Parts: sequence; C-alpha cells; structure tokens
Amino acid sequence: MAPHGNPEAPASAASEINREAPKVAATTNVDSTTAGSVSAPDVTSGGAKEESPWSLWEVFVRSSRGLSHVHAGSLHAPDAAMALRNARDLYTRRNEGVSIWVVPAEAISSSDPDSKGSFFESPQGKDYRHATYYTKSEGVKHL
Amino acid sequence: MASQNLQSVPAELSPEEQEREAAGEAYFDRIISEDSRIEPRDWMPAAYRKTLLRQISQHAHSEIIGMQPEANWITRAPSLKRKSILMAKVQDEAGHGLYLYSAAETLGQSRDQMMEDLIAGKARYSSIFNYPTISWADMGAIGWLVDGAAICNQVPLCRASYGPYGRAMVRICKEESFHQRQGFEILLELSNGTPAQKQMAQDAVNRWYAPSLMMFGPPDDDSPNSKQSMAWNIKRFSNDELRSRFVGMMVEQVRVLGLTLPDKDIRFNEETKKWEHGPLDWNEFKEVLAGRGPCNSQRVERRREAHENGAWVREAAVAYARKQAQKENAA
Repeated sequence: MAPHGNPEAPASAASEINREAPKVAATTNVDSTTAGSVSAPDVTSGGAKEESPWSLWEVFVRSSRGLSHVHAGSLHAPDAAMALRNARDLYTRRNEGVSIWVVPAEAISSSDPDSKGSFFESPQGKDYRHATYYTKSEGVKHL
Repeated sequence: MASQNLQSVPAELSPEEQEREAAGEAYFDRIISEDSRIEPRDWMPAAYRKTLLRQISQHAHSEIIGMQPEANWITRAPSLKRKSILMAKVQDEAGHGLYLYSAAETLGQSRDQMMEDLIAGKARYSSIFNYPTISWADMGAIGWLVDGAAICNQVPLCRASYGPYGRAMVRICKEESFHQRQGFEILLELSNGTPAQKQMAQDAVNRWYAPSLMMFGPPDDDSPNSKQSMAWNIKRFSNDELRSRFVGMMVEQVRVLGLTLPDKDIRFNEETKKWEHGPLDWNEFKEVLAGRGPCNSQRVERRREAHENGAWVREAAVAYARKQAQKENAA
C-alpha cells in the first residue's frame, strides 16, 4: 500500500497497513527533499524510504451554494492551512468551488471492500422500497 | 507496502490466502468483463498494477516536464494577454501532473519516489518534450498538434478501467481543450500576419508534425503492451487507430489555418475507411526515448534544479507547521 496511505480509500488502507510510515518520515527525514535526495540509494523493493513529511489530505469542494461538498481529489501538505491553499490552487483554478474542506486522509474511516457482500444488505426482494414497485396507481394524477 | 512487493506473490500461500487470491481474481475478472471500474483497494493482478503504475507515472512526468518547453516563452510572449494565457496553461500542466501523481499513489508508489526517479533520469516521459521550442510559433504548434494528439489519446482514457486514472483524465481533458484552441489561435494569427510570420507558423508545424504523430506510440505490430492493456480496458483503441483519427482531424484543421502538413503521403483509404500518413522515423523516436534527444539532459537537469532550489520552501513549511502544532499543544 502507499506509504502515505491510499488517497482513494484512505481509512484503513492508510492506517492499518502502514501506520508507522508517516511518523518515521516526520521525525527522521526532515531533509528528505533537499539536494541530497538524488544520491540516495536506489530502492528496489518499493518506496519505503524518503518519506515526505507532507502528509496526505483529501479535498472536498462545494461547487456552488446549496450543494454538498464533493470529493475532488487529494494532495500533500504540511498542515491544514497549506492544504487549503494548495487545494484552492489545484482544484479550483476555474471557479469550480465556493468552499473547500480538507481532511487528513488518515482521519477517514471507510467500509472494507472485502466484505462487500455482507456490509451492504442485499437489495434482493426489497423492491418495495422503491416507488416503481407500486404500479396500481399508474395513470392516477399527482401520485 | 510498495507495488513491487505485491507483484512477487510468495510461492507458498496458506490455503486461506490462496482462497482469497482466487476470490479476488474472480471478482477482478467479473468487474473487467462488465466494463466496470477497479478501485484502489480492490484485488488486482500484479501485472495490472505494474502496467498502470508505469503508464500513470510516465504520464505524470510528461505533464511536469512538459511545463519547460512552454515556460521557455513566458518572458518573451508577444503580449500581456499571451503571457497570461501561457502562464495559465503551464500552471494547468503542473496541476495535471499532480492529479496523475495522486492517481499513481493509490497504486502504492509514493510521489517522492516517483519524483526522485524522474530527476535521477530513471523514469520515462513523453518523447515530445525533448524537442526544443525555438520560435513563438512553437507555442502555437504545441497547443494545436501536441495537445491535440494528447486529447485524442486521453479522451478514451477517461473510461480506463482503473477509477482514479479515469477520474484524473476527465479533469485533465476538460482543461486540455483550452490548450488546443489557444494554440490554434496563435497559428491562425501568425498565418494571417506578414509573410515572415506565416513562414514562422509553417516552420513550426513542419517541425512538430512528425513528433506529434509519434506521441501515439509505436505501430501496433511493435507495441507489445497494447494488447494486454486493451484486454484490461485501460486502453480502448490501438496506437495506429488513434494516430489515423488524429491525422484525419489535422487534415481538416490545417486548411482553416491556411498552412500545410509536411506529409505528401496523407490519404484517406476508401477500403479501410482510415486516414494514412507517410513513414515516420521510429529510430529517432527510440533514440529520443532512450535519452538521446535534443533536450533530454537539459529537461531533467532543469527539473532537478527546480526541485533542489525549492527544498528550503518545503522545509520552511514543515518547520512552520510543526511550530504551530507545538504552540497549540502548549496552549
């Protein structure tokens, strides 16, 4: 999994699988982005080193008044204030929003895709939850 | 942890693990056959992950390196309007790179690692950005031909089977159409200008035509990964198919520009109903891709400089964030 967690399904992917990674990065690798990074040893087994101390944020944008905030994407930032500014520059260059939320990716909990079957109740045999189930009223006005 | 680890599935799996793998594979196959979308936490074959990671990261690098040939003309744009437009376009390219790095990160590679591969010269990006931009008309030709080819390539990618990639492409395609139109307008204006200006436009089209056709990748019979990518619904059309479509569009559009394409062999094949073009120099393509193009080392060097020169900003931002957090804790 991504060392920074998974922007698309950040919750347990980010925190379960690689809970240690961001912390290690933040304390030991402050200068990971300096000139020296180029000469750092090659990684053959994956991106476990050179963690950026910029953590992952999920961005939600309200496109206009009256609508919900919708997930727009993710970005890296050192803190919430910078995350908001980066989100503005990255996701609203063309007036796409009137309000932005940024949420640390690791703060999001999500349903586990492995339990698709059991977590979401089967809709089978539950047609009666939909208006289209009731056909006898067809042709009756305003119903 | 990282994608590479996932690709080397241990030979000995416990029965439960084997069962989970088999179930994952069956689920994956069903999603693909239904032409639905794979999301990051779904089970996916290691080769699928690897292919996507390669394609998306190369695509991201192309956007980032692609800022350079155009940024070259920001200070010399012929008017304030053109300068503003060019800056907006280059800013878009940076944005596109970031959307794509995000998509690639969902596959298990960190952005820092990808960035490092790029400045170490280990990563590939589109060969087109290794050609120099020697006149203002090149801004027009890049917008019209290069971004035009990119759009042709990218519109079908909006339906790529990997969700995050498709979503990034939707966003990118929306923004690219402005890029192509502004390029077309630059060429049209030059074409309607003085004879020297028209010549400059024609010269730019002459130089960018063949490299832009090669952006679609090698011919189908020399494109080993294409078949599998199409079976996985990552690619929707073959390289040659897209190239032929692109040629057809350009034939129409170049007339409006009052210019010509430097290709005497362009014709519409009545039998196949496809546009055909003259031979392309695939040796040149391979040379440029292998790092021996006109500007390869300059592009990577510039990227490294920018990355290193920006280090203090990134560090300062982290130091500030830490200080603020400490203050909050103390309060």
